[in-house]
Amino acid sequence: MQPRWGTTVMSSENESKEGISSIGELLETAKKCRRNIVEMVHRANAGHPGGSLSAIDILVALYKTRMNVDPYNPDDPERDRFIMSKGHASPAVYAILHEMGFLTAEDLTTYRVMGGVCQGHVDMKWTPGVDFSAGSLGMGLSFGLGTALAATLDGSPRTSYVMLGDGELQEGQVWEAAMAAVHHEVGNLKVFVDRNRIQNDDFCENQMRMFDVAAKWTGFGWAVHECDGHDMNAIVESIEWMDSITDRPAVVVAHTIKGKGVSFMEDNPSFHGAAPNDEQLLIAMEELE
Amino acid sequence: MTLVASRDGYGSALVKLASDPEIIVVEADLGKSTKSQNFRKLHPERTISLGIAEQNMMLVSAGLATSGYKPFASTFAIFTERAFEQVRNGIARPNIPVHICGSHGGIHTGTDGSSAQSIEDLAIYRSLPNMVVMHPSDFNSTEQLTIQLAKTNSPSYTRTARNKTPVIYDEDAASKLQIGKGAILVQGGDVAIIACGVMVSKALEAAELLSENGISATVVDMHTIKPLDRNLISSLSEQCGCFVTAEDHSVIGGLGGAVAEHLVENCPAPLERVGVSDHFGQSGDGDELLEEFSMGMSHIVAAAQRVINRK
Ligand SMILES: Cc1ncc(C[n+]2csc(CCOP(=O)(O)OP(=O)(O)O)c2C)c(N)n1
Ligand SMILES: [Mg+2]
Repeated sequence: MQPRWGTTVMSSENESKEGISSIGELLETAKKCRRNIVEMVHRANAGHPGGSLSAIDILVALYKTRMNVDPYNPDDPERDRFIMSKGHASPAVYAILHEMGFLTAEDLTTYRVMGGVCQGHVDMKWTPGVDFSAGSLGMGLSFGLGTALAATLDGSPRTSYVMLGDGELQEGQVWEAAMAAVHHEVGNLKVFVDRNRIQNDDFCENQMRMFDVAAKWTGFGWAVHECDGHDMNAIVESIEWMDSITDRPAVVVAHTIKGKGVSFMEDNPSFHGAAPNDEQLLIAMEELE
Repeated sequence: MTLVASRDGYGSALVKLASDPEIIVVEADLGKSTKSQNFRKLHPERTISLGIAEQNMMLVSAGLATSGYKPFASTFAIFTERAFEQVRNGIARPNIPVHICGSHGGIHTGTDGSSAQSIEDLAIYRSLPNMVVMHPSDFNSTEQLTIQLAKTNSPSYTRTARNKTPVIYDEDAASKLQIGKGAILVQGGDVAIIACGVMVSKALEAAELLSENGISATVVDMHTIKPLDRNLISSLSEQCGCFVTAEDHSVIGGLGGAVAEHLVENCPAPLERVGVSDHFGQSGDGDELLEEFSMGMSHIVAAAQRVINRK
């Protein structure tokens, strides 16, 4: 899918501003994260691979090119916030927090294990670097609005990024928050919608048709862009675009593939919340070589 | 020992009820999990998908119920709570017979972690006038009691469990169950253990161990938390003189709370409550978590020994 906007293509040669990863590095990191996601879910024999794999490219680009966070000071009040509102995609969060130095490889093995740092759904009380305790859909945008309003009150440049699932958009609370964010002209609140077209039971098309998701946000007064959520160039540019919007909240509707990167999980509702078996793990790892 | 999850009993009941054309199933994108999909597969025309929108689901169900349908609406126990005020004002207050099922109740739910483990649903729904509140213990009792709900004229909340647990009743025994009447599974004179849900099979194991140590316990499956079988509790107060309650729920306000309220007002007797002691859960295997939170079989045994000493 072509992004509707912008044509600049960054290549792995045009290596970046200082300290910022090249597209090639981002792609490499995303692949490592995908391997960790699949391994975590396999080891726990439970969890949510589909929505983790659809979201991971965005998380990698966001954390590696934009987020101001420090693994040595995870509670720094001046950090940017990332709110994974679809908290079941926790393996994606743990994978990128590992790449950023917040979690060790050992920590990742505690996913869904009693007493483990990596709880089934992202939890700010258990995991360094996690800003929001999720698991109940539809709550994260309100929370992100709160952290954004606080930054404005403080006169701080910190930014709040929120990731929402497309099924999650069916929760009315999302639209209560969307309306309030525009009313308050919140320019430091940025949202990604992981538009993978699948929810828990089935395709959104069969559960609750979403029609034109971008048009809904436009109707609420948000600045809206769409992009291919697996095209690293497009994602990086989307993040830059978001940061250029300062007078109102901005949303990127990222068109993604649920289960992206593992052939038998791709676009397959059964891998919303199911683990691969041993044989499937081997296939997945081969594909993610 | 056969192991089946009580949520499968709910799905099975919906299928058995389907010959009644007024039965209608309402879903919020968790039909695979609550097992209402069993009904959907056979009767898509009488299954209404509302997407991930629990608050909407409650009032849509209320509207259907006042128009001649018998709606069975389900999601995880915890997400019914998101629509608590809708249930309170839109269903319980006008006394509309909407049947709500909350699956994945309790910390036994397991590795999903604390956000998915409702430990307060029985308490909050029990506080609502007009509501019937149930938490059956196995496949067959869940099936039987859900079928009975279709004939009741009250709104109801039924909690089911995610994970497989022992089948306690055969079909014949289950057919004798009645909403609002506790079922005595074991008779004994030293202590009465009153349990619900996944804790009933733990209570049965505890009673066996107690009897090996010369203590005879009564075990009651209190599948209906409201209306509570007060007569049964009063007579057990005379017969046994002390109680243990066992529930996969906060010790505040649920089965333990209900039994305590009845005892203090009517027939005081010592009581020990086994349950979640005022903290949230975490990820882990269901049975492992019960042990970690002092809710295993051995903890029921210990509670029984303590409470007998308090007589
Ligand atoms: C309030 C609430 N209702 C129901 C659920 C159960 N649930 C978990 S994931 C999910 C589907 C989410 O779909 P989507 O938002 O599209 O996420 P993704 O496809 O990115 O995994 C559902 C219904 C929940 N977590 N929270
Ligand atoms: Mg989705």
